[in-house]
Amino acid sequence: MSKRVLLEVIDLKQHFPIETGFIIKRQVGAVRAVDGISFSVNEGETLGIVGESGCGKSTAVRSISQLYKPTSGSVIFDGIDLVNASKRQLLDVRKNIQMIFQDPYASLNPRMTVRTIIGEPLDIYRKRGMLDPSVDKHVIEKRVEDLMERVGLNKVFKNRYPHEFSGGQRQRIGIARALALNPKIILADEPVSALDVSIQSQILNLLTDLQKEFGLTYIFIAHDLAVIEYISTRVAVMYLGKIMEISRAQDLYKNPLHPYTKALLSAAPIPDPVVERKRKRIILTGDVPSPNIERFGCYFYDRCPVRMEKCKTNIPPMKKMDPNHEVACWLYQ
Amino acid sequence: MTATKSHGDNTLLEVKNLKTYFKTDAGIVKAVDDVSFILEKGETLGIVGESGCGKSVMNLSIMRLIQSPPGKIVGGELFYQGKDLLKLSENEFRSYRGNEISMIFQDPMTSLNPFLKISTQMVETIRLHQKVSYKEALEKSVAMLKLVGIPAAEERVHNYPHQFSGGMRQRVMIGMALSCEAKILIADEPTTALDVTIQAQILELIKELAQKMDTSVILITHDLGVVAGLCDKVCVMYAGKIVEKAKTDELYAKPAHPYTFGLIQSVPRLDKAQDGKLFSIEGQPPNVIDLPPCCPFHPRCHEAMPICKTHNPPTIDLGDEHEVTCWLYAENKEPSDE
Repeated sequence: MSKRVLLEVIDLKQHFPIETGFIIKRQVGAVRAVDGISFSVNEGETLGIVGESGCGKSTAVRSISQLYKPTSGSVIFDGIDLVNASKRQLLDVRKNIQMIFQDPYASLNPRMTVRTIIGEPLDIYRKRGMLDPSVDKHVIEKRVEDLMERVGLNKVFKNRYPHEFSGGQRQRIGIARALALNPKIILADEPVSALDVSIQSQILNLLTDLQKEFGLTYIFIAHDLAVIEYISTRVAVMYLGKIMEISRAQDLYKNPLHPYTKALLSAAPIPDPVVERKRKRIILTGDVPSPNIERFGCYFYDRCPVRMEKCKTNIPPMKKMDPNHEVACWLYQ
Repeated sequence: MTATKSHGDNTLLEVKNLKTYFKTDAGIVKAVDDVSFILEKGETLGIVGESGCGKSVMNLSIMRLIQSPPGKIVGGELFYQGKDLLKLSENEFRSYRGNEISMIFQDPMTSLNPFLKISTQMVETIRLHQKVSYKEALEKSVAMLKLVGIPAAEERVHNYPHQFSGGMRQRVMIGMALSCEAKILIADEPTTALDVTIQAQILELIKELAQKMDTSVILITHDLGVVAGLCDKVCVMYAGKIVEKAKTDELYAKPAHPYTFGLIQSVPRLDKAQDGKLFSIEGQPPNVIDLPPCCPFHPRCHEAMPICKTHNPPTIDLGDEHEVTCWLYAENKEPSDE
């Protein structure tokens, strides 16, 4: 596996304004969905992002793919800063950045046939003349059929509509669509959390196969730690819009450093009653606090079981514990 | 057919050959088809299965909450402390529902009325079943909220559901469900809508309260990890039938049915590094209207035999309350002429 950095995110912030007033709008605050995250993704690896709902993991990938205009920071893909890129440049780069969404029921247009859905990215780029001139309708047709076969759908079904498929099959359609343009990186936003256990493993296997075959890079979001540990090379743990810890997947379970990571790992149930009985749970009190207020201390301060005086007023910086393990916590400074 | 076990003193609820069918334009959906199990006093029973396997319908049937038409409980018996609940009239049954047998649902937002204060909803439940004054009922509500760990319960009881977070709402639901000291608590995917850290809190709460109040719990879930931590016994459902029943430890250590085996193997494990592929059950969950003949699992089964397609699998007792419905364990693999 090469170590070339494919995507680099530097201090990315995504704030959504809270406005009041009916005609004359006045900003009274901001939801700090993503509040300064930095990481890099190497070519061919899978970066997992894990965290509870509302921690900003979905917003992070949407900002990376420029579906939201980031408030500040930069996203560098192949040497181009996407945040400041022109529309034309962005269109060109986006060919290489595709997304898979969580809800296979909502992310496919119910009025389009499978053929149109999977072929749409190709059609869009063909109309704009951004594909090879040899690509015509027949080539696209063939490509759609190949993609369907590759993701495990019968190509006979290409004129059917999404409602005729089950959840797992729909997710396969979504994957085929993401593959249509031969992207370099796929941002997968909880691709398996809406699926049943038996289907979930099929999709996970499909994603790892495709990665090997096409040399894909993934940013993979999930709230299920076991899934993340299985599929990822490295894992970033997010909380309230901040990254708390980044580490190699196998190290994270064996040697979690951040108190939040520890709590998260201990809360995840393990499907084995013998192991389960022996485990010690760190039960966090309370809920995730509101992301609307600006914070000057550690973001995890309110729920941290080992908080110190210092954490209240100082934001802990990311510290490299070893080349592949970074943690933002005052315990280790 | 399962041999009827003697009614031990500990049996609280016995479900016998329960069948719930739905009439649809496309045909009859056998959502629950011939299901039997026993719930003992103080025990936690897990019911595991994928979506559409009938686990929710089964529990709605126990509560007699199936909408009719299109649904109907077409057969079976439901013994609660020796009394067949299915033979009671709707009016008689009301004194059981919410009082003796109580239920919490998956989505705590949609199961609370957003227009009414928590106090109104809790007092209503309590006064429906117990002859107490409003004030006493309110005191009881506050006590329940305290018990489920709502801080400042005296004030929060007058709040509306939207003022609570998801985990808090689920706590309120649990408090409400247990306010009449129900003997059985049916929890239908109580933590599916919640985050892992909140899930851990809620599961801990259910475990604690069940012990404290001596309540039996039926926990419906698709998450095998949740079952492992909480349940004494597990039933695995597939396409409206219970395919395997066992004590939790036994089930995880020695899953007998190929479906159970597949289900356990296909979940990535946090505590074990996995290289290579996950085990996966091929194919899609079956369409309940058009089930495969005989064993409904045979098209997806990795150990399917010719007989699975032609004859219904027998239920075999493997000892120690472990039962499996599969041809693999039949001594006589020849179809008997019945």
